[in-house]
Formats: sequence, structure tokens, C-alpha cells
Amino acid sequence: MAALLEVENLKTYFKVDHGLVKAVDGVSYYINEREIVGLVGESGCGKSVSQLSVMQLIPTPPGRIEAGKIHFEGRDLLQYEAKGPEMRSIRGAKISMVFQEPMTSLNPVLTIGRQLTESLELHLGMEPIKARERAAELLSLVAIPDGANRLDDYPHQFSGGMRQRVMIAMALSCNPRIIIADEPTTALDVTTQAQLLELMKDMVSRFNASLVIVTHNLGVVARYAQRLYVMYAGRIVESGTSKELFGNPRHPYTIALLKCVPRLDEEEGTKLVPIVGMPPNLVNMPGTCAFRPRCPYQVERCHNDPWPELRLIDGQHYVSCYVET
Amino acid sequence: MAPNQNGNIVSVNEMKMYFPVTRGLLRRKVADVKAVDGVSFYIKKGETLGLVGESGSGKTTVGRCIMRLYRPTAGRIVFDGKDISKLPESQVRPVRSRMALIFQDPYGSLDPRQSAGSIVGEPLKIFNMAANKQAYKERVEELFRIVGLDPSMMDRVPHEFSGGQRQRIGVARALASKASLIICDEPVSALDVSIQAQIINLLEELQDRIGGLTYLFIAHDLAVVRHISDRIAVMYLGRIVEVTDRKNLYDNPLHPYTRALLSAIPVADPFLEEKRERVILQGEVPSPLSPPSGCNFHPRCPMAIPECKETVPPLLDKGGGHQVACIRV
Ligand SMILES: Nc1ncnc2c1ncn2[C@@H]1O[C@H](COP(=O)(O)OP(=O)(O)OP(=O)(O)O)[C@@H](O)[C@H]1O
Ligand SMILES: Nc1ncnc2c1ncn2[C@@H]1O[C@H](COP(=O)(O)OP(=O)(O)OP(=O)(O)O)[C@@H](O)[C@H]1O
Ligand SMILES: [Mg+2]
Ligand SMILES: [Mg+2]
Repeated sequence: MAALLEVENLKTYFKVDHGLVKAVDGVSYYINEREIVGLVGESGCGKSVSQLSVMQLIPTPPGRIEAGKIHFEGRDLLQYEAKGPEMRSIRGAKISMVFQEPMTSLNPVLTIGRQLTESLELHLGMEPIKARERAAELLSLVAIPDGANRLDDYPHQFSGGMRQRVMIAMALSCNPRIIIADEPTTALDVTTQAQLLELMKDMVSRFNASLVIVTHNLGVVARYAQRLYVMYAGRIVESGTSKELFGNPRHPYTIALLKCVPRLDEEEGTKLVPIVGMPPNLVNMPGTCAFRPRCPYQVERCHNDPWPELRLIDGQHYVSCYVET
Repeated sequence: MAPNQNGNIVSVNEMKMYFPVTRGLLRRKVADVKAVDGVSFYIKKGETLGLVGESGSGKTTVGRCIMRLYRPTAGRIVFDGKDISKLPESQVRPVRSRMALIFQDPYGSLDPRQSAGSIVGEPLKIFNMAANKQAYKERVEELFRIVGLDPSMMDRVPHEFSGGQRQRIGVARALASKASLIICDEPVSALDVSIQAQIINLLEELQDRIGGLTYLFIAHDLAVVRHISDRIAVMYLGRIVEVTDRKNLYDNPLHPYTRALLSAIPVADPFLEEKRERVILQGEVPSPLSPPSGCNFHPRCPMAIPECKETVPPLLDKGGGHQVACIRV
């Protein structure tokens, strides 16, 4: 069975004063139908840029998608103009996005109702009255009490958690095939985060959609994702099912990440092991493995050979490392 | 000063902190924000008490009351055997020299024009703790080394340091006055995970090294709090709902809010996650301006009965120091 979305060797670079930022440098991944996939990695590793590239929302200049293919419904999305009609019919409709900060993605001067009906009218060609009915339905679907009466409210009249619910309603409004949730809950309280993640999980299963959860929180992907990709410095360094990855982490970066975050259920006396050094700044990177300077497993070869390709080690488990950890 | 007989460095009794909400030109009081609404707890010398709770539950306010940056509306705060809750401002300073505060935001909490050295040394000047210039310089250098910073970086200003280094400056400053109690208010929340681990390890090492060093560790990340704390107090809307040791918190949480909070936090282990109980709370945290009656958690509580609306449940010991404020357990 072909994947619903397949990204092949994506490269997105930014030109800055002091050089070239290779924010995404040869990333390949796929999402199956009705699958929940996680994308994890520390701040600045290229998670958002890779997802914004799929949507062709990269600010150009300074950014540019340099290479790659994005297969979706039998087409390569990168053949289309970012502002052209094809991308406009896909973006926000067939593939929609929920961002970290709802206040910046909701328009503060438009009512919640207007923001919901706009895309229903634009993408689905609904009559205004029908669109308003549907908007009220969507609000109750995401558990906003008394949705019909809140359509004329403005974003600032909603709490942070409720604004994120509105964003989820908007993302669902055109029956998308894929929802990309980029750190959808990091700014919120834990119990609100849990509410929203459960809601998203229920909604994608109800709408037969797939979900990409972008996060730095390993717990969130362990709970919700069936498969995941670990990113470091613009590349995917390890991928597999959640159980393969957490049960048998193999890339030194994944191993290090798991050892430096405290676990809720840890034993008394557990010591955290910080990762030495700092993540690279992605400007003028050497062609060798970018994790090498911080890696406790490094061998001679890591200094000289190019960044290793992903190799299959078992089942669906891939790792990009020369060393048998 | 010697700790009092029971070995507590701080004990807080029925403390309240209300902030008046005023309106109009005459600033007439129209309501109170009940930020802290009757909390009692103690911290033993040399231990770490964790304080968790969601945004707005009153954690920072508790810390600021203990530092006497606020004068509590009611209740007692006994620090080193002496009630400091009503001390006039003029007598607060010597008490404050034995406490220190580390903030969440290593960017915002340091004066951007001051050199790192003078930030760290400032408490020595305020509290007259250095005999002369030479002693001052030596002590500042020592503090830099204690927190793992190179003393040759003393003349740099905060923006020349990384986030983790800035937080180290904050820790060095907190140690300068030889404080016996450090209130750590979300000290690692703004940091990347590997730097977070460095700072947590540093705080733990310092406690091993400096006898009697006590922490009140405030954070909303329960996994981080559980890692560093000996005991943990859980706050909800201005009140403490449960206090227990780190083991019981995970193995045997009793209050329905604590249970919900725990189950809301995913563990990086898909095998475990498959089996874990999931309590998803309905609704949102109410405003401390008009908190619900009785037990203020009752509107969201899966175990609530009519009586919960009527009475504020007292914090009762269920054995071995495990305290819970709930009439249903
Ligand atoms: N407009 C831009 N101009 C220049 N560089 C950029 C731009 N946008 C992103 N970058 C760089 O691309 C890299 C990847 O950024 P990205 O936002 O994808 O990180 P991320 O993994 O989503 O991080 P976070 O977890 O902090 O959201 C970073 O080094 C960032 O500085
Ligand atoms: N100086 C003040 N004046 C008025 N209200 C205040 C003041 N300080 C805090 N509050 C209110 O008291 C309540 C508790 O605030 P506090 O900052 O103690 O919460 P917190 O638990 O530290 O939250 P967070 O996790 O967001 O830091 C909040 O509703 C807050 O708005
Ligand atoms: Mg991002
Ligand atoms: Mg606070």
C-alpha cells in the first residue's frame, strides 16, 4: 500500500549574513492513512521548517526549498507554485496545521465564527448560513460549551486552552486527510495539554485523518504516536515504531536524550546524564555526522566519513550511525 | 541560628495571601484575588520540598511570602524558629539574607548592564559579608568555580552567556549570602533538556556539598519536581491538596487532582503508556477571583458528592506524613 504522504530527500536552506543555514538537509519520511506519526528533536533541529516546507509556507527569501519531492495523492506538491491554486486547495484543506501559539495564528480582529466560516465557504463552497451552522457544530465537536453562542466572540475572549480548541476545529473544518500539529500544547498547563491531545487523537480517528505530532516531548510521542522520527541538526537520525525506538534506542542522540530527561516513574537515586556540548547552529556545517562532537560512542570513521545514511536494523527500525551501539 | 527542635527550617501555618482588586479613581476595593488561601506545610533542614500545580495555583506567591517580598494577609511563617510573617520591613532584611531566590527566566532576571561578577557579588555588598576588596574578589571567584563557571568570565555581561550559563550565574548569586534556604521558582523551565539536566545536577551536588542547604523547588513539571524533591506538595487554586514523599506520589497518590495531574503526564515508554490509567479532567481551572465553594476542585472532580460543595476539606495525615485534603479518601 502506498503511503498517504511521502517526503523524499527534502532540503530547505536559509541564506543568512554569515552563511547558509541548512535547516532541513535531506529528510525523507512517510505517513500512512489513519496513522499518528511523531517528529521529535530539540529546539532548532528543523522540525517546523520541514513541516512548513510540506505546506510551502517557507518565507522566500531568505528560505528556499532546494530539493526534494513531496508525494501526495499521486502528485508531487513541489511542482506547484507556493501561491498557486493547487497549493491553495491543499493547504488548510487537505493538509491542515495546528500551531504552537494560537494567538499568532488566529486573527485577533475577526470573530471566531468568521474565521471558521471563511475556509468552509472558500474550500467547500458552502452557503454562509450553512457554513455558520457547521461552524457551531465544529465548536461543539471540540467541546467548547455553548458553541453556537460563542461564534461572535473574538479570540481574546477565549482562554489559551479554548483558543487551541478553536485551532483544532479550524484544522478539521474541511475534512483534511492530514493534520500537522506543531507543538500544539507546549504553552499550556499539563491537564489542558492532556485534554487537547486526547481530543486530537479522537478527532483524527473520527475523521479518518492522519496526524503528525511535532514535539520535543518524548512522553507525548510515546503515548500517542505509532511511529516516530528523531531529528538532529536538519536530518532524521532514527526512525521506527514507538516500541522499536523506545524499547531499543540505537542512535547515540536518541540514547542521550532519553538519559537526560527525568521520568515520572524513575527509581530513587536516578542520575540525569546531560548531553555534553551544544547543538550545532546549522551554519556552514561539515559534511560529517553533526552529532559527532557530542557523541560518547564516536570512532575514527566518524571524523572522516560523510554523515551516514539511514540503514535498516530490524523491522521498521532505521538508524543513521556507523557504530553498533 | 540553630534550627528549632523539630528540625524544620520553615513552617507555614494557615497562610493566606489575598490581592485586592480595586476599581475607579478612589481605588475602591471590589474583590480579592485569593492567590493563596490557607496553606500549611513545613520544610526540614537539608531537604527539598517540591511545590507543583498549574499556572495561577499560587506557587510563586507562596515563595514570595516566605521571602517576605509580600506580607501575608493571614497566617504564620516560622523561619529558623521565629515568626517572620508580621515583621516590619526594617527587620526583614537580616532574615532575607539567609534566603535566596532563583528565577525561571535567566534572561529577564539578570540586570543586562551589570557584569556577571557584580551580579554574583551583589548580596555580599548588600549584607556586608566581605571584609575587604580582596575577600570580596576571592569569594566571587570561588562562587564562580562552585557553579562550574570560569572566573575569567567575571567581567562579561549577561547576554554574552548561554541560557544555562546565565542560570548558573543565578545559582552563584543565590549561594553568595550563604543562604540556608533557596527558593527555586521554575529554575529550569526555560532551558533545553540537556541544559536542564546540568542545572538539576548542579543543584543536587550543591546540596550534597553544603550541609543543611534546603530547597523549595517550584515547577509545573511533575517529573522534574519528583526527580529532585524528597517530599512534594501539590497545589490547586491557592490550596495544598496533597503532601507526600516522592515514592508515594507516584505509587499511591490519593487526591483526585493529584491522580489526574499524574495521569496527564506521559512517560517516554510506549509499553507502560499502553497500560496506564488515564484520568482526563473536564473544564478548566476556575478563576481565583471567584473560586468554587467548599472544596474548590469539586466542579471538575470525578469523585465529588454534594457535601464537597459545602465544606473546605482540611489537610489530614493519612499515615506516615502523607497528607490529603479530601473528604472522599
Ligand atoms: N526565517 C529564517 N531565517 C533563518 N533561519 C531560519 C529561519 N527559520 C528557521 N531558521 C533556522 O532553521 C533551523 C530550524 O528551525 P525550526 O524552526 O525548524 O526548528 P524546530 O526544530 O522547529 O525548533 P523548535 O523546537 O524550537 O520549534 C534553526 O536553526 C533556525 O534558526
Ligand atoms: N501581585 C499580584 N497582584 C494581583 N494578583 C496577583 C499578584 N501576584 C499573583 N497574582 C494572582 O494570584 C494567582 C496566583 O499567582 P502565582 O503567580 O502565585 O501562580 P503560580 O502558581 O506561580 O503560576 P505560574 O505557574 O503561572 O507561575 C494568580 O491568579 C495571579 O494572577
Ligand atoms: Mg518548531
Ligand atoms: Mg509562578
